[in-house]
Amino acid sequence: MTRSHPRVGPLAARSTPTKVLDVDALLDDTGTGIIVCCGSGGVGKTTTSAALALRAAERGRKVVVLTIDPARRLAQSMGIEALDNTPRPVSGVEGAGGPGGHGGSLDAMMLDMKRTFDEVVESQASPEKAKQILENPFYIALSSSFAGTQEYMAMEKLGQLQRDAQQTGDYDLIVVDTPPSRSALDFLDAPERLSSFLDGRFVRLLLAPARGPARIMTAGLGLVTGALSKILGGQLITDLQTFVAALDTVFGGFRARAQQTYALLQADGTAFLVVAAPESDALREAAYFVERLGEERMPLAGLVVNRATPAPAGRLSADEAMAAAERLQRTGKGSLTAGLLRLHADRARMRDREAVLRDRFAAAHPQVPTVVVPALAGDVHDLEGLRKVGNMLAAG
Amino acid sequence: MSTDWPRVRLHVVTGKGGTGKTTVAASLALALASHGRHVLLCEVEGRQGIARMFDVEPLPYEERRLATGLASDGQSAGTVHALSIDPEAALLEYLAMYYKLGRAGRALDRFGVVEFATTIAPGVRDVLLTGKVFEAVQRNSRNKGARQYDAVVLDAPPTGRIGQFLNVSDELAGLAKVGPIKHQADTMMTLFRSPRTAVHLVTLLEEMPVQETADGIDHLREAGLPVGGVVVNLVRPRDLKVKDLAAARKGTLDRGAIAADLSGAGVEVDDALLDGLLTEARDHAERRALEDSQRKLVKGLGVPSYELPRLAGGVDLGGLYELAQSLKDQGLA
Repeated sequence: MTRSHPRVGPLAARSTPTKVLDVDALLDDTGTGIIVCCGSGGVGKTTTSAALALRAAERGRKVVVLTIDPARRLAQSMGIEALDNTPRPVSGVEGAGGPGGHGGSLDAMMLDMKRTFDEVVESQASPEKAKQILENPFYIALSSSFAGTQEYMAMEKLGQLQRDAQQTGDYDLIVVDTPPSRSALDFLDAPERLSSFLDGRFVRLLLAPARGPARIMTAGLGLVTGALSKILGGQLITDLQTFVAALDTVFGGFRARAQQTYALLQADGTAFLVVAAPESDALREAAYFVERLGEERMPLAGLVVNRATPAPAGRLSADEAMAAAERLQRTGKGSLTAGLLRLHADRARMRDREAVLRDRFAAAHPQVPTVVVPALAGDVHDLEGLRKVGNMLAAG
Repeated sequence: MSTDWPRVRLHVVTGKGGTGKTTVAASLALALASHGRHVLLCEVEGRQGIARMFDVEPLPYEERRLATGLASDGQSAGTVHALSIDPEAALLEYLAMYYKLGRAGRALDRFGVVEFATTIAPGVRDVLLTGKVFEAVQRNSRNKGARQYDAVVLDAPPTGRIGQFLNVSDELAGLAKVGPIKHQADTMMTLFRSPRTAVHLVTLLEEMPVQETADGIDHLREAGLPVGGVVVNLVRPRDLKVKDLAAARKGTLDRGAIAADLSGAGVEVDDALLDGLLTEARDHAERRALEDSQRKLVKGLGVPSYELPRLAGGVDLGGLYELAQSLKDQGLA
């Protein structure tokens, strides 16, 4: 049943020398004001963000980490069980406060997507207008489940934290975890998508009656609204028009903020870390992300490959180990040793496959400094575990 | 071989990101496509995960023959077709089919309505995606020329979104209280809530995915959606006995005996190799302990569970058939 398909060969042994990502240099550089961890789902982005934030704090930075959806026990250990959109101090950070401390600190917060959106609306519109928007069914749908809302709100919150930090001086480093996007693009595109949606022809069309001159009215409009009423019902169109009209008045503010955040992401103080696992899907997403960040002129600091199979010890190859295990099995003795040899072979094969995948990535993106983090045997759910991950991140 | 889910026509496969949802959906489709049965494998997130898995060109919005099913029990295999459902194409098809909106449909597209409807109103988007799946399941001899399937497998959105995704009528309720699309959603819900549907959850034997699976099952039950099985993916090999695992954790494995065995098997023994093997054994034992504790939690969920091994060489087409056979042997298909 556990028969496998090893793909070992001359390629597996080759290893392109890649630049190693110096995590401590990144964390210690006071010029680094924002670290954004991005990558596909299930690669350990949240753990990586938290581990980086803790390490930075214990090296003297004043850090706030914005997480999206941490594991329950990890959240508990950081004291952020409540999803209240407010940074809370994490206790147990070594060397923080007190005499002889290095002045580092760590706060953590979990993103409340809907509340962040509500706050944006409230800050942009008159109370009356805001109420109208917040109660509209389209707004409710948009703010709680629009594909990209979470991404957009994570970026919005980042902008807020950064503005606050500049005023109060509470933080000198913000670490952001990004939502597990359906595609890597979502989070870069979200602000743009919202703008382009609000700028879209159909939205303009819906607004047209409210704006008086019916010059945009074309023969097509009748068809369109007719078809829509047929499918969706008239009430829906009315709700939609109210919503779009209300949103339109606050739209200028929306766009300005989105552009501000975008500029912030491009700024020198920002560092993107692409997080991946040594799997072809995750590395493909990572490659896509690296290319996209390049196109958007976003500062990429490096690639973190999590959950790598630790290097097998000794020079015994997978095939030799399997052959020896079979010989032992035939003698009917040494089943423990045969088991150990099979485990060794399994690890060596995993390692070889991962090396091939990483080499392919490196061949296509030789300029990306990389750090490989070995898989931990257990789960990470306390500061001690995060510290361990931090050490491995720094060890390269 | 009998299946645990004989009445199910629609198998929905969900799971946390990174657990191998697409791999399981693909293997399940192959396993179901034995005994001459025909299966449709759908994806709805535009990720082209199926195409990558089977190493074929990106799938269009059109049912394409993808693979031959699993041959087993000496019976001839069936076929697996695949379809990547994209909401915009589904909306246009929907308009054409139900409202005969040829020209108007295109006008809608021109005005950006299609994009609008499929992005702003997530409920509408999900109705369209699930609507196509519904149509494929409900097809019968009255649909002239359309291919009929014995089963449909849906590579669905992740666990966090699955309840919302399938619970289309509730999701729409806030937007459209009446009207044809609401009616359509209600009809679909009847199928999704029936015993002809099963929502399977893919997990790993790790804390977070198991927790998310438990939460997912609760949500599905609250929404009245039928919970299928839990598929535990990427299970580590079990090459060591329980007592050896305990000794490996404690570091009390008999180093001398292992060295002697190795020499006997013709392996050149040195300290580095022995240390390495013992470290590997300890890591493995720790991992197995974690897996065992999580496996207990999975058993406690009160739904059938199935396990798939982690293939050291990665999952290629041959590996998919291997996993399919395993699912069939265990009764998921």
